[in-house]
Amino acid sequence: MPVEFPGIGGGDTRDGPETAPRPAPGPRRSAARSVRAHRRYGWDRVLLASGSGSAAPARAAAPPVNGAGKNGEPESPALKVITTRHPGRWVAAAVIAVLLAMVASALITNPAWEWEVVGEFLFAPSVLRAVVFTLELTALGIVFGFLLGTVLALMRLSKNPLLSSAAWGYIALFRSIPLILQLLFWYNLALLYPRLSFGVPFGPAFFDIGTMDLIGPVTAAALGLALHQAAYAAEIVRAGLLSVDHGQREAAAALGIPRTRQLLRIVLPQAMRSIVPTAGNEIIGLVKGTSVVYIMALPELFYQVQVIYNRNGRVMALLLVATIWYLVMTSVMSVAQHYIERHYGKGRA
Amino acid sequence: MSAAMVDLKAVHKSFGSLEVLRGVDLQVGAGEVTVIIGPSGSGKSTLLRTVNHLEKVDSGSVTVDGELVGYRRAGDRLYELSEREILRQRTRIGFVFQSFNLFPHLTVRQNVTEAPTSAQRRPKAEVEALAVRLLERVGLSDKIDAYPRQLSGGQQQRVAIARALALEPKVILFDEPTSALDPELVGEVLDVVKDLAVSGTTMIVVTHEIGFAREVADTVVFMDEGRIVERGTPAQVLDAPRHERTRLFLSKVL
Ligand SMILES: Nc1ncnc2c1ncn2[C@@H]1O[C@H](COP(=O)(O)OP(=O)(O)OP(=O)(O)O)[C@@H](O)[C@H]1O
Ligand SMILES: [Mg+2]
Repeated sequence: MPVEFPGIGGGDTRDGPETAPRPAPGPRRSAARSVRAHRRYGWDRVLLASGSGSAAPARAAAPPVNGAGKNGEPESPALKVITTRHPGRWVAAAVIAVLLAMVASALITNPAWEWEVVGEFLFAPSVLRAVVFTLELTALGIVFGFLLGTVLALMRLSKNPLLSSAAWGYIALFRSIPLILQLLFWYNLALLYPRLSFGVPFGPAFFDIGTMDLIGPVTAAALGLALHQAAYAAEIVRAGLLSVDHGQREAAAALGIPRTRQLLRIVLPQAMRSIVPTAGNEIIGLVKGTSVVYIMALPELFYQVQVIYNRNGRVMALLLVATIWYLVMTSVMSVAQHYIERHYGKGRA
Repeated sequence: MSAAMVDLKAVHKSFGSLEVLRGVDLQVGAGEVTVIIGPSGSGKSTLLRTVNHLEKVDSGSVTVDGELVGYRRAGDRLYELSEREILRQRTRIGFVFQSFNLFPHLTVRQNVTEAPTSAQRRPKAEVEALAVRLLERVGLSDKIDAYPRQLSGGQQQRVAIARALALEPKVILFDEPTSALDPELVGEVLDVVKDLAVSGTTMIVVTHEIGFAREVADTVVFMDEGRIVERGTPAQVLDAPRHERTRLFLSKVL
């Protein structure tokens, strides 16, 4: 689509290339004619035509423009399109249907699953509270984990060697310690440091507080999950940032866009495209990962069903209750992830 | 102070042991168009990138409209400016990349309005109106709410030019603006650049489009191995080159 500028040629005359004017090697303001020539042939062609003089016949021999070819051919009849059939798909569907039916039958007909007990406890208040608590722990772990993880990722990408090696050390350390051990450390922090004081490092303290009061079991659990998650989140965010074309940062810098704005408006949204799918994995992993917290006797879902089946002995039914809730939670999150991915896929469709 | 809009003095730049710029002097007057040509690897892009401090110089100075770029002078020493200061200076120096580098997750409109609102803190309404005018000027009024992916290469580059213009820069630098384009799209971009030249925009254009240089340039500069070998009017440099290297280069690209 040619652009029209007032004052610069622009008629759609179809004169042959042999009349292409030699671009005048004079002041640019009198250049309208060769602009027009260029628009049709490109600069190199204009030069060829004007420089050698031998380009014109070559142009004349070029294939004719639209119209002629069409007239030469007979009118084709309207053709019907038949899409490829996929008989294999029907076979696969049948096999899967049979397998599903077998699983369903095994689940329903075996009285050992005690479906009525499942129904009784699925919406029991204590179970619902446990589900909510599980979600809370997940949210705390993810939000603080990704906040800290983003900071760590930026530190690792920093040119300051101290910052980047500090982040590297953190990630190496927290990825190596099993979550369950870390949780136990936090839980038992009070044994190691009964009181925590706040003030000038190695100097006077402004106030101090009992560790137990500050880091109760819930805080310890959330802290442990977040710190653990941060190590993984850092690598996910870093990979995301690296996946954004260097030219994006450069263009933003060339436009003088402030640094934080470059990150938040230009780089991170593009990084999200590769961060979200992996982060979704992490969140879903963490929903289930919270079950580790049961060792701290916190009433999350897995701990709660254990409490109940220790009381009534209906082990399988209650494990099924927990399974169903984990399934529901992760499925809802998968759907949410789909929409988030679509949001960050804007302009890429 | 010289009257030149862009003034490079004895600019040296090395990447490791590779000396890419070996003392470049270049003056571009206000409203003038300078076209830089030269073989691949001769340092054209690097030179252009020193003008807006995307590349730091090792020695020498870069001045735009009387203001030293990237440094503050105290006596005979140059102190590098803070990043914030450098970003402020860049808002007055437009840059158009070979690969467009539009922001793919933002619409055409947002691409154009982003820097004026965030870097220059101009009122949103004013910037929106400016964006509409500029996109009209580059012939893309109907694409204002499209995403870059939905545009042809030529259209994307025209958006990139509008984006640079939105900052109302004192000088615009073009690094091979048409090299990534299909041949039939080259013309539409060069037309836009030419329109800017006619309207008196100060520009430095690195290009292999010799026809364009001939027509639009006030000055053509031929670079080779990090030095300016020859400079002059298009007629002097392109039609009657004095140096053997210039002749050799022109014989290859023509
Ligand atoms: N960031 C960098 N690090 C190391 N070497 C670089 C860097 N940028 C450019 N160079 C080298 O500097 C030399 C000049 O590069 P430059 O991009 O300025 O050349 P050019 O004249 O623009 O070439 P072209 O026409 O191919 O774009 C080349 O040898 C290139 O490999
Ligand atoms: Mg280059």
